[in-house]
Amino acid sequence: MTWLRTHVFSTDHKVIGKQYISLAFFSVALGIMLSLIMRFHLIRPDAKIGWFALLWPTGATGGIMTPELYLSLMTIHGTLMVFFVLTTAPQGGFGNYFLPLQIGAPDMAFPVLNMLSFWTTFLALLTLLAAFFVEGGAPLGGWTAYPPLSALGQIAGPGQGLGMDCWIVSIALFSIASLMGAINFITTVLDMRTQGMDLMRMPLTCWGWFITAIISLLAFGVLLAAGLLLLMDRNLGTSFFLPAGLVVSDQLQNHSGGSPILWQHLFWFFGHPEVYIAILPGMGIVSTVLSVFSRKPIFGYKAMVFAMFAIALLGFLVWGHHMFISGMSPYSAMTFSVLTLAVGVPSAIKTFNWLGTIWGGDLHFTPAMLFALGFVSVFVSGGLTGLFLGQPAIDLYFHDTYFVVGHFHMIMGVAAIFAMFSAMYYWFPKMHGRMMNAPLGHVHFYLTFLGVYAIFIPMHFLGIMGAPRRYSDFKELEFLADAGVLQKFTTHSAYFTAAVQLIFFGNYFYAKRRGPAAEVNPWRATTLEWQPSSRPEVHRGPDVYSLPGAREDFVMQQDKK
Amino acid sequence: MGLAFLVWLLTAVILYLTARGPWWFPAPISQHGAEFDKHFTTLLWITGAIFVAAQLLLGYAIVRFKSRGQYATHSEGNNKLELLWTSATAILFIGFALAANGIWASVHLDQATEAALKIDVLAKQFSWNFRYPGPDGKLGRTDVKFINDSTGNPFGLDEKDPAAKDDVISSTIRVPVNTLVELNLRSRDVIHNFFVRELRIKQDLVPGMTIPLRFKAQKEGTYEVPCSELCGLGHHQMRTTLIVMSNEDFTRWLVDEGRKSR
Repeated sequence: MTWLRTHVFSTDHKVIGKQYISLAFFSVALGIMLSLIMRFHLIRPDAKIGWFALLWPTGATGGIMTPELYLSLMTIHGTLMVFFVLTTAPQGGFGNYFLPLQIGAPDMAFPVLNMLSFWTTFLALLTLLAAFFVEGGAPLGGWTAYPPLSALGQIAGPGQGLGMDCWIVSIALFSIASLMGAINFITTVLDMRTQGMDLMRMPLTCWGWFITAIISLLAFGVLLAAGLLLLMDRNLGTSFFLPAGLVVSDQLQNHSGGSPILWQHLFWFFGHPEVYIAILPGMGIVSTVLSVFSRKPIFGYKAMVFAMFAIALLGFLVWGHHMFISGMSPYSAMTFSVLTLAVGVPSAIKTFNWLGTIWGGDLHFTPAMLFALGFVSVFVSGGLTGLFLGQPAIDLYFHDTYFVVGHFHMIMGVAAIFAMFSAMYYWFPKMHGRMMNAPLGHVHFYLTFLGVYAIFIPMHFLGIMGAPRRYSDFKELEFLADAGVLQKFTTHSAYFTAAVQLIFFGNYFYAKRRGPAAEVNPWRATTLEWQPSSRPEVHRGPDVYSLPGAREDFVMQQDKK
Repeated sequence: MGLAFLVWLLTAVILYLTARGPWWFPAPISQHGAEFDKHFTTLLWITGAIFVAAQLLLGYAIVRFKSRGQYATHSEGNNKLELLWTSATAILFIGFALAANGIWASVHLDQATEAALKIDVLAKQFSWNFRYPGPDGKLGRTDVKFINDSTGNPFGLDEKDPAAKDDVISSTIRVPVNTLVELNLRSRDVIHNFFVRELRIKQDLVPGMTIPLRFKAQKEGTYEVPCSELCGLGHHQMRTTLIVMSNEDFTRWLVDEGRKSR
């Protein structure tokens, strides 16, 4: 019973943080496996694989993957990665563990709510995975679940029956869990800071988690509502997203008065801020890590905080750029375009400030630092293609092509994951009291850095050629006859990069048990999680490095002036 | 150190592939397409310059400030620099958004200056149907209750309407060259997408809506139309072709087809 309370149903933020990270580890491993199967199918669509038939007796009868199976793998891949990896690890995982430690709080404001939030997320994950095992299998409509495809039921395709209901319930549960988490984070930041920890003395990581929580609170409520409406359209005969006169498989559907575009508005009102939910905590981590290993204060701390707020605010005003060609008013496209490109401004401010932080520094290339620097490179590469897609005129060609796939994997997927790797290498000594192996961390970084560019740059060229995304194979398109080499290269790069991650997992699990013991403050960092006493009084900002006249090249936050 | 060279190497490879790689747009076949390409190229030069500058700078900082036991400079920021790069990027990025508006407007907002050939487009899982008015110049009445794919009536044409009798229905889209065409895009079941790479236009077909889309193709030929919005398990097979013909060929085709349907 005590064991259960300490390790399973614990209200300790550190345990809950680790639980979130374990959940993200499981999800990311599964998500990567699904993507590898998809990449394999794209280069060998006719291959007969025995164990496909074992895993999916109906989706891959005789071992040959059907298009609907491919699409359902794609849907679950996207859903796992966006929700159960990029939303849980940065915020629920590292945020839960380190926010209280960094602001000198004994725990989160509502420990029981915190536990409830994790277990609701866990339930959401089980519900999502259940979709694979129900009749018809997992849904095939992608993580965006556009109606009418998602609203019509089994008649619209296999997986659109009970599998789709599983997906919606899972997302609804996830939204509820995120709302609980958001309330907890906001209250903790506002109410639980130790003496002297003014808001403007908080580490940028805490700003990242705080602003992310505000975004979550505003965005997940809308997703929850949209999900419930969709569930009603499917099961109670309402028509929020379904117009009159739909004829599917020669059958007239009994709906009228709804609009498929309404879903897109609701979904992207959540969906775009979701991108920042995934990346803002990462931005905070990268800022901190760059500062620690450059032995320099953060360049433009205030500008960094304001930029995060600007990103959050603008993030709520740009959802329409996912809908330029959806049939909404072409006038609104112009407004959304200006606002979208305006998000580039605070993003550029952050990039300049990261360069400013390392400029003139004393750079130590630990694995955490390498991933933070890699983040900057990837963030620039993935961000600049956003300038293209943010313009309706350009989107007229690029919408729903592989260019988009390349873009968002770079900026949202890879950048956020790099930040998570950085966080893991950086905080491992604090979380587990041991050190990870640095040379292996270097190898892991270099190969991953090369690997992600090798996967996602070719996708941009496929997009320029016009390749539509969400195709289970491209055999029918003559204009892609010459693109086979890009597909093959991408697939093999994906195999390579996935294999490289075994180095990380090996390092992680070995170090957890056998790694050399860590010092209290191995990186000579300044923030509160690296000092031994609890609830210290704070006397200065989070990033005092290389202060002229100081005894050492760092001064901790609790050190008196 | 190694990271700097890796960053530079990747930058060089990306530049090379962009400049010299074989994977690129097909040649445009409309004035809009040519304008799109021009704008894209300008954008590519500017963002390419930013890309190279940022990656070079990152690599340079990595090499230059690698720890050799030096003491880091203590700097907390520089407000003048912040102001400079904030305003510079704001002007540049918002300039991008405004610069491209004309191209967008020419597709979706500008009034047509000449009479357009009207074609009714109806998408369904997983095929395309195009309908032309026959010699009478009028599209016949339709109703969902007449829809029947097995008897070849995907639009639900009302047999009793005389105007419906000569309507031409085709699974590929044929248009005369140098003629303004206006599509009325509709979908019968889920969202589909009409995309012609050479025209540089793409538009969703949304159930419950009729969405107009105009273009003028200026080069004869056959062009692929891949459905570009996920529409179900046959999405990857939902493909048709746009056939741009000479005026004479088009008229002859329309008359022939009109006779057949009668």
